[in-house]
Amino acid sequence: MESREALLANIKTRQKWDFVFAVAGLLSLMFALVTLLALIVDLAMTGVPRINYEFFVNFPSRFAERAGILSAWVGSFCIMLTTAFCAIPLGVAAGVYLEEYSKKNWVSQIIELNIINLAGIPSITYGLMALGLFVYKLKLGQSILTAGLTLGLLVLPIIIVTTREAIRSIPNTIREASYAMGASKWQTIRYHILPYSSGGILTGVIISLSRAIGETAPLITIGALTFIAFLPTAPFDAHIPFVNFKWLMDPFTVMPIQMFNWLSRPQTEFHVNAAATGIVLLVMTLIMNGGAIWLRLRFRKKMKW
Amino acid sequence: MRRLKERLIETVLFLAAASSVFVTLGIVGILVTESIPFFEHVSIKDFLTDTEWTPLFENAHYGILPLLSGTFLTTMIALLVAIPLGTVAAAFLSEYVRPGIKEILKPILELLAAVPTVVYGYFALLFVTPLLQKVIPSLGGFNVLSAGIVMGVMIIPYVSSLSEDAMRSVPSHLREASFAVGASRIQTAFRVVIPAAFSGITSAYILGISRALGETMVVAIAAGMQPNLTLNPLEPSATITAFIVQVSLGDLPHGSIGYQSIYVAGLSLLCLTLCFNIIGLWLRKKFQEKE
Amino acid sequence: MKDLVLRAEVKDLKFSYGDKLVLKGITLPVYENRVTALIGPSGCGKTTLLRCFNRMHDLYANAHYNGEITLHPDGINILGKDIDPMEVRMRIGMVFQKPNPFPKSIYENVAYGLKVRGVKKKSFIEERVEKSLQQAGLWTEVKDRLNSAATALSGGQQQRLCIARALATEPEILLLDEPTSALDPISTRHIEELIQELRKDVTIAIVTHSLHQAARVSDYTAFMYLGDLIEFGASDQIFTNPKDQKTENYITGRFG
Repeated sequence: MESREALLANIKTRQKWDFVFAVAGLLSLMFALVTLLALIVDLAMTGVPRINYEFFVNFPSRFAERAGILSAWVGSFCIMLTTAFCAIPLGVAAGVYLEEYSKKNWVSQIIELNIINLAGIPSITYGLMALGLFVYKLKLGQSILTAGLTLGLLVLPIIIVTTREAIRSIPNTIREASYAMGASKWQTIRYHILPYSSGGILTGVIISLSRAIGETAPLITIGALTFIAFLPTAPFDAHIPFVNFKWLMDPFTVMPIQMFNWLSRPQTEFHVNAAATGIVLLVMTLIMNGGAIWLRLRFRKKMKW
Repeated sequence: MRRLKERLIETVLFLAAASSVFVTLGIVGILVTESIPFFEHVSIKDFLTDTEWTPLFENAHYGILPLLSGTFLTTMIALLVAIPLGTVAAAFLSEYVRPGIKEILKPILELLAAVPTVVYGYFALLFVTPLLQKVIPSLGGFNVLSAGIVMGVMIIPYVSSLSEDAMRSVPSHLREASFAVGASRIQTAFRVVIPAAFSGITSAYILGISRALGETMVVAIAAGMQPNLTLNPLEPSATITAFIVQVSLGDLPHGSIGYQSIYVAGLSLLCLTLCFNIIGLWLRKKFQEKE
Repeated sequence: MKDLVLRAEVKDLKFSYGDKLVLKGITLPVYENRVTALIGPSGCGKTTLLRCFNRMHDLYANAHYNGEITLHPDGINILGKDIDPMEVRMRIGMVFQKPNPFPKSIYENVAYGLKVRGVKKKSFIEERVEKSLQQAGLWTEVKDRLNSAATALSGGQQQRLCIARALATEPEILLLDEPTSALDPISTRHIEELIQELRKDVTIAIVTHSLHQAARVSDYTAFMYLGDLIEFGASDQIFTNPKDQKTENYITGRFG
């Protein structure tokens, strides 16, 4: 048997490597987090001084100091609305089907495999598909509707996956209790499954919208304009039925495209505008993601089965 | 009546689930049909061997190689950053950090993936490039290196989060078995946990590669959008995605060769992504058989 | 049988998990080359006590030891703050309730303990692997397929492999935590016979939920109840002539 000294020396060497690895791990994490911090600080230092009331209510302009993001944020808002309207019902319905109805057969297997694969498909190919299909084949034009549909399809897998996770965490006893009372499958879903999974689904919706608000490439591909000095048609009319959806067919720009446009200009004054837009975007995505994290933690605490 | 309603609801829900398949079919279908006319002008041989890609010039060349080299180069640099850092961070989070602290650290790390890519483009062009220029004075304002590094940071959470999930799902009795014979943490991590989580870690890497291949805005902003057959990271270059953006920014008559070229580029990108996903699938299969 | 030599001593050991006091002051001797069985109804702390012996609790937060486990002949307290759990685990081996082979080859599983402590010499490792597999009664069954996957073995074979894995590093004490609870009767008997054999080479502490098993394989038995050690003695005495009423109730099956 080896002596205790040899044993302790052996442990000491191995612990040294343990320590080295812990330091490497910490440094890796720090590197990522410090980069994130550097990005935020750099953007804020350049962009925040530029942000004022006019910045939000002015159209883009040839003069950097007069330019604003009015058309961009209105465009982003309209597209988010369209995206949410198209992706949420579709995604939640698909998630409910896959968790509650789907039987183990080749159809459901293809759907499952497909959803996993969709996550890996480059976002720009969604834009190419939308350009060929929505813009040219369906003649929807380079409109808010086209953009909303494109991003809706893009975030569909996120909503499906989070919906499924939320539903899966509901124990079977709840379903059995509902069926035992004579409820039908749909009633069980309508009155139990959906309400109990709403927190998780909401988290997924927020995450997917935060993803959509920052997407640039697919929208450039479908031909979003980079310089727009007007707003979409107002959705309100003076006559019955008082609302219209003409705005859906209007051309648009969005905040990330506006930022990209300013960033591509050689004049550094426009870079300041880009930074300011970037900060607005960043704050929105961070708030949305922070909210999603908070929601997730809250529901996890609340829901103890 | 009630049965009919139930059937109807099930059908509607099924259609919603099936719609995701139509998205894939739509993407593949449109990319293929819009690409076919391109090959009526350009031979496949020229497409694969010509060393220039200038579809919009007077003297047009249609060789995909410069775009492929740009794509590979940025992806390689991004992976050189993301895979080591992401894996080490994942192993650290999974094997060293207490669950309470991990639950705070992991979402913060995931914020890296939430930052809009155009913001990363800004960061690469106006922060990282000037920083790199202090070390490499000859570095131009547009270069692949800076774009690649920033992309790498961007995909760290894709690698680390999924890898960490995979490592955490390794049953604790395997860890206990390793510790019980006197293994250290790092030995347990590298000899037991990581091999057992191999399949999940491969998925994480493949997702990271897919992200890197398909990433657009960072390269479009910081790498210069010039197709350039080079493997020198200090030069400007264009990726497949950056080319698509560049063409889309201009006026693009439906059916023109420029229009067709972006579909060909998109199709190439999709094939590339598919290749890596198949390799990943094959690797996982092979490893699972070995067990 | 060799003379009775004290190998380890548990001295007034209290163990708590968070706020919950699981062991309430246990004092217990462990003799060399003898099998000591820990029995008692579920929740009595027998597995917790066994896991103290190789500091398994240190892997999880909120575990607190109070008291000593002294390892003889050098007399160190293995629960001491200055003692690295790795040292304890290198000297004291453990086999778990459910067979837990690594998803590696049979050879790699047995060689693991040697490899992690930096043994490089191939011939030495091969020799040890063979010896441990022989000790665990598995050698003849697997000698032709050492490189095939350990997970393909049957449950009983896997558990014997885990025993071989623990033996390969020549532990001073071998801990067995209900080693047969996940096995069929034939595999169980196989392992019980093995324990009888192993006693010649190594000191064994075994937790078991089966009184028959304890009676069959052990030399000494400790009966625990609700975190207390109720009675310790030679197994013959405990099972035929228990001194404490609680012990008697338990072994006669009045509660369990």
